[in-house]
Amino acid sequence: MTTSPTLTLSKLSCTKGGRQLFKDLDCTLQAGCWLYVAGANGVGKTSLLRMLCGLAQVESGEILWNNTPIAAQHDSYRQDLCYLGHLNALQESMSVQENLMFTSALGGVALAEQKAKSVLERFGLRGRSQQLVRHLSQGQKRRVALSRLALSPARLWVLDEPYVAMDEAGIQMLSDLIASHLDKGGLAVLTSHQRVPVGAHPAQLLELKAP
Amino acid sequence: MKNRVIHWFKFSSPQSFYYLAGKMWPWFAALATVLLVVGLWISFFVAPVDAQQGQGYRIIFVHVPASQMSMLIYLVMAAWAGLGLTFNTRLSGMMASALAPTGALFAFLSLVTGALWGKPMWGAWWVWDARLTSTLILLFLYLGFMALHASIDDPRRADRASAVLALVGAVNVPIIYFSVKWWNTLHQGASVSMKGSSMASTMLTGMLIMVVAFWMYAIAIALVRVRNIILDRERHTEWVKHAVA
Amino acid sequence: MTTAPNTLGAGAVMLAVIKREIALGLRQKGEVLTPLVFFMVIASLFPLGVGAESSLLLRMAPGVLWVSALLAAMLSLQRMFATDYADGSLEQMVLSPTPLGLLVLAKALAHFLLSGVPLVLMAPVLGLQFGLDGRALGILMLSLLLGTPTLSLIGSIGAALTLGVRGAGVLLSLLILPLYIPVLIFGAGAVEADAAGLGFGGHISLLSALLVLSLFFSPMATAAALRISLE
Repeated sequence: MTTSPTLTLSKLSCTKGGRQLFKDLDCTLQAGCWLYVAGANGVGKTSLLRMLCGLAQVESGEILWNNTPIAAQHDSYRQDLCYLGHLNALQESMSVQENLMFTSALGGVALAEQKAKSVLERFGLRGRSQQLVRHLSQGQKRRVALSRLALSPARLWVLDEPYVAMDEAGIQMLSDLIASHLDKGGLAVLTSHQRVPVGAHPAQLLELKAP
Repeated sequence: MKNRVIHWFKFSSPQSFYYLAGKMWPWFAALATVLLVVGLWISFFVAPVDAQQGQGYRIIFVHVPASQMSMLIYLVMAAWAGLGLTFNTRLSGMMASALAPTGALFAFLSLVTGALWGKPMWGAWWVWDARLTSTLILLFLYLGFMALHASIDDPRRADRASAVLALVGAVNVPIIYFSVKWWNTLHQGASVSMKGSSMASTMLTGMLIMVVAFWMYAIAIALVRVRNIILDRERHTEWVKHAVA
Repeated sequence: MTTAPNTLGAGAVMLAVIKREIALGLRQKGEVLTPLVFFMVIASLFPLGVGAESSLLLRMAPGVLWVSALLAAMLSLQRMFATDYADGSLEQMVLSPTPLGLLVLAKALAHFLLSGVPLVLMAPVLGLQFGLDGRALGILMLSLLLGTPTLSLIGSIGAALTLGVRGAGVLLSLLILPLYIPVLIFGAGAVEADAAGLGFGGHISLLSALLVLSLFFSPMATAAALRISLE
């Protein structure tokens, strides 16, 4: 297991609905750094992030994790990947605790009840672990999704507009979370309409423009 | 020597295939017409009257070839679907979509001619014969393929989803055929066939010619249809704007 | 590479999926019970439609009960992936390091436990209404027990293909019913063959063969279909 992972995008192109979104994208992200994907609405930011996760097919070009194409290392890449998209991935009829334990299990890790409680407390959700998700507010649901991030052992975080529906305190919590993740040698790829500083880490900028 | 190697992958781009198909289809259509005329002439005038079934059996010259073609086209369609999923080529999905309506048509034709054959034999417009029932189920599989494709808006996703369905169907076709045969024999069902008569050689020739005629027709019509699909899907590209201008 | 003490193997992850599905099913009892009621209603429609003459009912019982069970099993297929697709949990499953095929298998198994097993248990009650004797009821239950997992497995392919599609419910039925026909033929046929004195062994072995085939192949097809639906 390499101690210093890298993410490389090589000549990545994407077409959607007949329109060329972006072409020949090249980029390298080192451990401890984060990538800020910028661009107007509809320029292909979500498509790029979904390609990084392997959810969308890569039309041409390659994505490399530790210099190996992700197509050649499905399972181990997913072990190292945590994705937070527009949806929270929370089952409304289940409690916060049950949801966290399930998503943790999906990632291959058994979650101890105590650990779940301490993480929830960190995100201002103390005492809510047994509450059903449908009784939480939008912002609180988002914070549960953040707890999922905090509990994940993944080294690459792919976050699609994570600051949406968050209050100031939540935004600060998330930035601190990402900063500590980067401090530990992790990587992050982020899109956002708000330019939020992440601790002392400067952003590596990837600007998407229609060709 | 190098010039003799045909670069097949060149034709996997919709643009080159559009022009290739444009040149090919008239030949297939002509062949189909000629063979169809010959085949029908043999079936109606040359083949002898059957001892047991009289003149009515002549529908076999349409029924059996249509039945076989509907089965064959499904397998070809599934093969194109498999190619499309493996190599991620746009054209393969288009070919599968182009073949489906023709396959469904042959299945339907087989059912109608089967009914026309069965009426004088059994006095009923429909019998639950093993082949007729299997062809009916095959028609359902075709309709399912076309329905799934039509309900997904994104053409790429539609192609790939219906490709998975076509492959699953192709694997199931032998299972379905076997189970229907089993069901039919256990229930001592009726049969619409030439059992009990020996086939004169002219009959066999006639049927063979009709099979090939249907085959040529299927190829011709699929080529025409795929050209339309290509124009529709690639309408935003320069070459299409030039071609329809 | 040493594995951390709380790492979960594939089997444990599958178990987590099954437990979650069952917990959800128990919490949303309406969704689980409605197909069962549907099963009863359809089976009762046939005598109302064709008359209650006992020999006729006895003859049609295996077929009627099998068709009704099949339709009821199909009703509950949509809930296999639809909620997870809507809230983003399905994406997380696709992104899991555990192979998607195994997760799908777990989901299909859970579906069988929640919808297939109740059908198996309810069938003899309805079978009595049609005049089936004890032996026939036993064979009916056995055929349903072997057949309903296959229905869940094949059905999962249809459920995955029609995710988020217009008119998904009816389309799913159109796609899946032709594929269900072999299971129907061998399932209903087992009871009839036994009643005719031909023995049910052949039909039951064929049902088992179909089950084994679908256990191996449908998770692959469903996983492929899920990835396509999520693109």
